[in-house]
Amino acid sequence: MSIGSDEIEHIAKLARIELSGAELEKFRADLNKVLGYIEVLKTVDTDGVEPLAQVTGLQNVFRKDEAVESPLTKEIIDNAPEKVGRFIKVKKVF
Amino acid sequence: MVSNDYESIIGLEIHVQLKTKSKMFCSSPNNPDVAEPNVNICEVCTGQPGSMPVANEEAIKKGIMVGLALGCEIPEYSKFDRKNYFYPDLPKGYQISQYDQPVCGKGQVEIESNGEKRVIRITRAHLEEDAGKLVHQDNATLVDLNRSGVPLLETVTEPDFRSPQEAKAFLQNLRNIVRYLGVSDADMEKGHMRCDANISMRVRGEKGLPDYKVEIKNLNSFKAVEAGLAYEARRQAEALEAGERLINETRGWDDAKGVTVSQRSKEEAHDYRYFPEPDLPILRLSREYVRKIADELPELPAQKSERFMGEFGLSKGDAEVLINDKGLASYFEEVVSELMEWFEAEKLPHEDVKKFAKMANNWITGDYQAFLKEGGMEAGDSKITAENMAELIKMIDRGEISVTAGKKVLSVMFEKGGDPSNIAEDENLIQVNDKVKISEAVNVVISENPAAVKDVLGGKKQAAGFLVGKVMEKTKGTANPKLISELFNKVCKKCGHIWAMHWPFKEVPIAERGEKDWCDVEGCDCDDFQE
Amino acid sequence: MDIAFSSIKELREGLDSKKFSSVELTKEFLARVKKLDPKLKSFITVTEDQALADAKAADEAIAKGEQQILIGIPYVAKDLFCTKGIKTTAASKILENFKPVYDATVVAKMKQQKAVLLGKTNMDQFAHGSSTETSCFGPSHNPHALDRIPGGSSGGSTVAVAAGLAPFALATETGGSIRQPASLCGVSGWKPTYGRVSRYGVIAMTSSTDSIGSVARSVEDLVLTAEVMAGFDPHDSTTSKVPVKKWGENLPKKLDGLKIGVPKEYFVEGMEKDVEARVKEAIEEVRKLGAKIQSVSLPLTAYGSMVYAIVAPSEISSNLSRYDGIRFGHVTRDAKDLYEIYSKSRGEGFGDEAKRRIMTGTYALSAGYRDAYYLKAQKVRRLLVEEFEKVFSEVDLLLCPSSPNVAVKIGGAADNPLFGYIADQLNIPGALAGLPALSVPCGFGKPADGESVDLPVGLQIIGPQWGEEKVFQAGYAYQQVTEWHKIKPKGF
Repeated sequence: MSIGSDEIEHIAKLARIELSGAELEKFRADLNKVLGYIEVLKTVDTDGVEPLAQVTGLQNVFRKDEAVESPLTKEIIDNAPEKVGRFIKVKKVF
Repeated sequence: MVSNDYESIIGLEIHVQLKTKSKMFCSSPNNPDVAEPNVNICEVCTGQPGSMPVANEEAIKKGIMVGLALGCEIPEYSKFDRKNYFYPDLPKGYQISQYDQPVCGKGQVEIESNGEKRVIRITRAHLEEDAGKLVHQDNATLVDLNRSGVPLLETVTEPDFRSPQEAKAFLQNLRNIVRYLGVSDADMEKGHMRCDANISMRVRGEKGLPDYKVEIKNLNSFKAVEAGLAYEARRQAEALEAGERLINETRGWDDAKGVTVSQRSKEEAHDYRYFPEPDLPILRLSREYVRKIADELPELPAQKSERFMGEFGLSKGDAEVLINDKGLASYFEEVVSELMEWFEAEKLPHEDVKKFAKMANNWITGDYQAFLKEGGMEAGDSKITAENMAELIKMIDRGEISVTAGKKVLSVMFEKGGDPSNIAEDENLIQVNDKVKISEAVNVVISENPAAVKDVLGGKKQAAGFLVGKVMEKTKGTANPKLISELFNKVCKKCGHIWAMHWPFKEVPIAERGEKDWCDVEGCDCDDFQE
Repeated sequence: MDIAFSSIKELREGLDSKKFSSVELTKEFLARVKKLDPKLKSFITVTEDQALADAKAADEAIAKGEQQILIGIPYVAKDLFCTKGIKTTAASKILENFKPVYDATVVAKMKQQKAVLLGKTNMDQFAHGSSTETSCFGPSHNPHALDRIPGGSSGGSTVAVAAGLAPFALATETGGSIRQPASLCGVSGWKPTYGRVSRYGVIAMTSSTDSIGSVARSVEDLVLTAEVMAGFDPHDSTTSKVPVKKWGENLPKKLDGLKIGVPKEYFVEGMEKDVEARVKEAIEEVRKLGAKIQSVSLPLTAYGSMVYAIVAPSEISSNLSRYDGIRFGHVTRDAKDLYEIYSKSRGEGFGDEAKRRIMTGTYALSAGYRDAYYLKAQKVRRLLVEEFEKVFSEVDLLLCPSSPNVAVKIGGAADNPLFGYIADQLNIPGALAGLPALSVPCGFGKPADGESVDLPVGLQIIGPQWGEEKVFQAGYAYQQVTEWHKIKPKGF
């Protein structure tokens, strides 16, 4: 099984990264390598095994519902490359 | 027109904003309606590098409360997942949501529409964070992240609705539920509750779901939901009838034009690349934890409605009107409770409870609710305390003031507050039952309106009503209208006189009335009156 | 007293006894940075003015009698740690001029201690790599051989400590990024149990394995930093409430009764001869301290890198989505619409390795593949965890090399077959299981490329989950009977 160039272009779109033709080809080779790993992993018997998402074993970590106003709001806005008043500005969505 | 009979297959996807103090995954204030942009933000809900989420325990509790009210199974384990996509209102480039282990599982709700009941199955309900708001301008888009991170509960139903009206009924029911639970204001116009609907049509009698469905977005009110679905149903039926093959589509409702418009640009199949959120440990919802929440659930609208009908004898319609306004229903109960206290004290017969509940209902859903609407306020905000309202009702029942006077007292209470008996006195509205006083007014009216009196004697009922009105005018509405009505509607069999012409005479002592005869018809004592 | 290579303990005593002031210390280290870093390139940002101001404040506090472990002690932080108002770049063009609005929790702890931040150190871009060559500012240089890599991704932090530019450094590890460079540069590095130290404010790489640790000149010094850094943080939902012990009060000189396992899979085929020899000698030293050594087996070891090759990019691809040129960071000047704001800003700002991982991760998670790839990998991961649990029911600690080779030449990684995948095998399985580990210097060896140069070799000590105590004890005891950790690189 191998990844086609259409597919690689589609992945680049999903990831929102502009890649040159050469880069796309390079990454296609890398992704194919990963496919190789998966084929190996498939040989491991994981019947009845739950996927591990959290090594710590922690459960139910919550925060009390209390509102705290952050003193950082202005600095957060200031970090934006483009702004209008307190709004952050981007190119038109549509 | 379509020749085949098509029926609508409708499902709903509803997002409800939960009314917690802070956001879903950070402590920024949960107030998305604030006017100034980007004030309720912090490093977490703006996706700053290195920031991490911490789950709001109250939001989880509120989500479970709604699930329980919808009859959902609450699983023992739940978790959060990342839903990855790029959009300027989504600061992290992913939304923390729930994919395959939502906090509420399968449930069901019964709705009633057009007299028919239907069970609507709930597929699931899950928690997630809201995105920010975008303001579209000519050459740019402005991003406001106040709403980013606000807790949402997304409820999905099976395609069990068969009409737009049913969909609306469900939404009204859901709105009542979340308001009663105190988890959301659920005002669609303010965006607290958002609804996407999906609809397809199938020939009536056929089984199985159609092989397509159309999603309708931008339904911003109950009316829009109903109208949008109705429009789509018609459009699809016509298309199918014309032999068109319909496919999955997303369409937007244009409220102004009353049509749905295809949104092909939004149709790119989204690949959300869900995976478990590594920054949030799983939720273990012990049976004890869930039972405690269930035990503490406030009375739900359906239960309250049943109780209003059973305990207070209200009709279903009357009960519905009350429960559709949580504040009004509470107010009603407080008023009835005041009345009950008086009841107990006076040891009145129990059937009368229903009589008073009905009176309270009429006054509250009538004039009182009208005043609230005019003043743009909620039931709890007016100056009329439950005690005062109860007192007013008592006064009317005991005949201390007339209904007309009662309305005036209510109006004064609404404006300035105060005790109804004091107001009635100050405004001279105390119902005059004093017959001597009334008779003076009656005599004047009779002498001023001979033509009407003649009509009454001739059997014309309207004339009697006219004269009653005149007496009420003369007494500034304070005379007991029931009594006045009797005066002009009862006629003596023997002499043909209306009671009003002789009425007080019989009761006024001879010493005061002098030698004037009760009735000038020979042999008549004017004691044989009938309508 | 050689300030540059003194231990934190020695500096603490000097400060408290007024032998010198924090300002004097800071000035000395800053002078060394100015003189020596041009050939090391371990710093991205030197915070000279702020450091002197902080040192002055520390001196005032010390004069008032304030007592804290790290008060007035200079340090550096890998440029992955958010430092409020101070450039934090992750060694990437996309954050080239980014100044965070808040401090990482660990940085805040250092501020509370009144430790003195000298600057931010170089690293592999977004922590992707094991050589510090993927930094957009160019690689750092190993002080033992300037034409060789220091390892990565915490290369800069490690070089700074190794060359005596700072007494200790904050670093991070996801799959060897502290242990491997510590080994290659001849210093001591600590990778804590996942969840032991807060990740809040540290730019995320692989959220389910990122661990926040430190590099210093000895295990004793590492313990001092660990006592400050460890602990529950309400901002990080993955930190544990397991109490932080005063590890420093329990560092014995003998290891009687300690059961050590040596995993045979960790002595990989093709390992450099000298590395194997030094590590075996080190294990012998540990045995002489009273420990019982036995061979153990971890058969699933080889799958570790493969699991990592799926899981890490998947999480990375998601963690890097927020770098979009909208709220902070680099934004392209060429975009004609919103899509291009995203694609060009990210295309221009991310380095090769970051792009590679994002692409791999996006692919692994995309529809149709998630179940086969990501979930399968996480299932094998659980098996790895269980395998470690089983082995730790038989032994207390594992000993093995930190790296199968000594430092390769800069640019030479591609030629070295051991590099990357096989080297990862030593560090990744433990990382995936969230286990604590140390790397301590255990000698020198000659590289396989034939050059006659002596380069550091590191011994790795791995403990069970929350097993920091025994890990520190073993490392400390080993350093009481060996001198490797005291050796300075020539010319520094």
